Amino acid sequence: MSIEVRSLTKTFGAFTALDGVDLKVAKGELLALLGPSGSGKTTLLRIIAGLDWPDSGEVAFDGENALARGAGERHVGFVFQHYALFRHMTVFENVAFGLRVQPRAVRKSEAAIRARVKELLDLVQLDWLAGRYPHQLSGGQRQRIALARALAIEPRILLLDEPFGALDAKVRKELRQWLRSLHHEINLTSIFVTHDQEEALEVANRVVVMDKGRIEQVGTPDEVYDRPATAFVHGFIGESIELPVQVGDGAVRLDGKALGIAPDGVTSGPSRLFIRRHDMQLCAAGSGAFEGAVTHVRTFGPIQRAEVKLAQAQAAIEIDAPRDNQLRVGDIVGLTPRRYRIFAAAE
Amino acid sequence: MSIEMTFQQRRTGSFAERAGGRSSAHAEPVNLRTEPRGVRIVIVAMAVIFLSLFVVLPLVVVFAQAFSHGVGAYLAALTDPEALAAIRLTLLVAAISVTINLVFGLIAAWAIAKFDFSGKTLLISLIDLPFSVSPVISGLVFVLLFGAQGFFGPWLASHDIRLLFAVPGIALATLFVTFPFVARALIPLMQEQGTQEEEAAISLGASGLQTFFRVTLPNIKWGVLYGVLLCNARAMGEFGAVSVVSGHIRGETNTMPLLVEILYNEYQFVASFAIASLLAMLALITLIVKTILERHLDEGQLPHEH
Amino acid sequence: MSTSAARRSSLPGFGLTMGLTLTWLSVIVLIPLAGLFLKTLELSPDQFWSIVTSRRTLNALRISFGLAFAAAVVNLVMGTIIVWALVRYRFPGRRLFDAIVDIPFALPTAVAGVALTSLFAEKGWLGAPLAALGIKVAFTPIGIFVAMIFIGIPFVVRTVQPVLIDLDPEIEEAAASLGASRWHTITKVILPSLVPALLTGLALAFARAVGEYGSVIFIAGNLPNVSEIAPLLIVIRLSEFRYADATAIAVVMLLASFVIIFAVNRLQRWAEIRGQATS
Repeated sequence: MSIEVRSLTKTFGAFTALDGVDLKVAKGELLALLGPSGSGKTTLLRIIAGLDWPDSGEVAFDGENALARGAGERHVGFVFQHYALFRHMTVFENVAFGLRVQPRAVRKSEAAIRARVKELLDLVQLDWLAGRYPHQLSGGQRQRIALARALAIEPRILLLDEPFGALDAKVRKELRQWLRSLHHEINLTSIFVTHDQEEALEVANRVVVMDKGRIEQVGTPDEVYDRPATAFVHGFIGESIELPVQVGDGAVRLDGKALGIAPDGVTSGPSRLFIRRHDMQLCAAGSGAFEGAVTHVRTFGPIQRAEVKLAQAQAAIEIDAPRDNQLRVGDIVGLTPRRYRIFAAAE
Repeated sequence: MSIEMTFQQRRTGSFAERAGGRSSAHAEPVNLRTEPRGVRIVIVAMAVIFLSLFVVLPLVVVFAQAFSHGVGAYLAALTDPEALAAIRLTLLVAAISVTINLVFGLIAAWAIAKFDFSGKTLLISLIDLPFSVSPVISGLVFVLLFGAQGFFGPWLASHDIRLLFAVPGIALATLFVTFPFVARALIPLMQEQGTQEEEAAISLGASGLQTFFRVTLPNIKWGVLYGVLLCNARAMGEFGAVSVVSGHIRGETNTMPLLVEILYNEYQFVASFAIASLLAMLALITLIVKTILERHLDEGQLPHEH
Repeated sequence: MSTSAARRSSLPGFGLTMGLTLTWLSVIVLIPLAGLFLKTLELSPDQFWSIVTSRRTLNALRISFGLAFAAAVVNLVMGTIIVWALVRYRFPGRRLFDAIVDIPFALPTAVAGVALTSLFAEKGWLGAPLAALGIKVAFTPIGIFVAMIFIGIPFVVRTVQPVLIDLDPEIEEAAASLGASRWHTITKVILPSLVPALLTGLALAFARAVGEYGSVIFIAGNLPNVSEIAPLLIVIRLSEFRYADATAIAVVMLLASFVIIFAVNRLQRWAEIRGQATS
């Protein structure tokens, strides 16, 4: 099922959660809503689900106005950050809940319900927990049961609110893979909210980057990483170096000194230069755009991470270099960006 | 906060051993934090003596007096027709009050705990009002409304309806004084439990009623019992308010507490204390069950579903 | 259906439950109380004043408020001692005594009334030894005082108990390690941090004792101007069909209760602020 959101606005008192948001979600895709706290991603998700209502704007499911219906009538499966499993019901009863509350006319027979629950528990590989209570399960198990429960009603879309936020790192990674393969298997239009960019980039077909109630960029993980549309996206995704520069007369200057790199063509005047940490190339001192002294070196895995104090602007930056460079504290190095972006200064 | 909420909300303090478990003190408190032995003995002695004199003795006296002429006299007092009528009336009024205030409490707690709106504090304070009103005044307000000279008095008289000096009046006064109990037991509990499970139920297609009965109610069952228990204890024991509206018509409009008073004033001490002993036993049972429920309520909130 | 449902919530039933709540609240609580104030308005200010300041009324109010305050103070002192013993010490039967503290609250007032009267009557278990000492308790203002102490026992204890339990032991240890004597630590460090809770308990005990009827009227002598409490005077006026008088006295008592409750709320807010400051 496809979703279209138009000019959605929502405020909570003086705080603007969503500021005229437009979005189209294609049928069957796995979409990530990515952004820091307060970016509006959860609000957007809840409005799509019917758990919240916008101040203005439209939401359409397959062209039909979804706002005319409440959450129960929209046939969405919602997975909460803290699972919201019914604490006094067993796992089985939790998963069966959506099927058991259907109006009598539509409701399946108890036998059919039992079969479906078993099918779902098999799908999430937790059929052996059917008789347990939520407080007896681990976090990862609870989340999978929450997912099974949401899928039981055969929803048209699946909405997940920071589904792995409450879990520890290892379990998070495992469940990420699992969600991805599950989506591959059932091909249900799905939207999940996360503040973890690694998660978004790894799992989603497309990523929606949000900040302060607005969409900054929509694109595939590659697009968002390699071709960030705004300074925010560049800074939020991947590790970046940011430097304040002046663009004018065809040159880019840091602290008055020309860097010898071409201006982006997008802006002039005060701007922000973004360079990915690993896009900084080491060269002989004096021959690069930047020059500085290494003040700190940390090696982990295949990477050396060095803190360099630049001669210009007294700025301290961190760069990632291949391990065999063997940088040492005190080395004077030259640095040239392989790739970079320049954006206008503070919006 | 109101007067009677101290009774309901002091759950965290109900077992003082939690104090000792905090620092290293399992056996003996840390030396730096304790008074000399002599002082301790004096303080404990004062506390024990005071409580014994002021609390234990009165309780004992009730039973001592009730049985002072033997078990036979005791039972005779309880099976007296007037006594039986009083017991029946008390049970009836309690049943009415508890049932109605239970339904109200559930409805009010749902409205207050599961939604956001301004004026919530005001609403809760209004619900608490009966706690701050003296029992006599609680009865007075109904006399002012329904008494012969009251606002509705003439209208009632012309329709031949008797509210005061009859069971309906007693029920009304009791409803007033027990009004907040269930609501105030449920509101903090439901607020603490949040709305997530209900939202999950709604998103799965459940209707409002289905959500309430299948999801919310099972989660608050201990709170409901707690509120019902306290509501019942107050309903059965209420004296001042009922005294004002009842008319003290023997065999008809006397509840147990009123009968205790009447018998006492007639110097029928054994009978008076016999009825009183029933009420005292009710109080003790209430306290015991309350302590058990408090333990359940505290536990029920610990393994949070996260 | 438009999207401008700004107040819509995901959970249903707000309108219905709110409506029912407000309706029932009005019927049972608000309208009756409003009736009380409306009745008062039927009096001219002069009439009101003369009723309230009549000799008998003033004495009843004096007795109710004065003795209630005295009893609350006693409960403040004894309550502090009791809660200290219950929280800080171990002694046989401690849990039992802890549970006992709630009895004055759970016991129906009429039962408490007849029990206390029997206990302190001249031939009673406690009345007899006191009479031998020349102290008459039952049917005197002292009886009222005793009854008010009884019903106020749980308030200071239960209000202070959670605060005392949660008190940070490190603060005391710090004081001790800095050389403060035990007495010093208690009076200068611990008790001050308990003050909001203590005052709250005092206020609650006071408010309860002022309005108390059942526990008191048996043991009180009920002699006008001597041992007659305000609630009793209200009942008497009602039985005389002097509704206006009863109403006026009731209004005075109600206003006093509201002032006390307001003070209690303020005290609790103060306590919260204090609590945040020390944690």
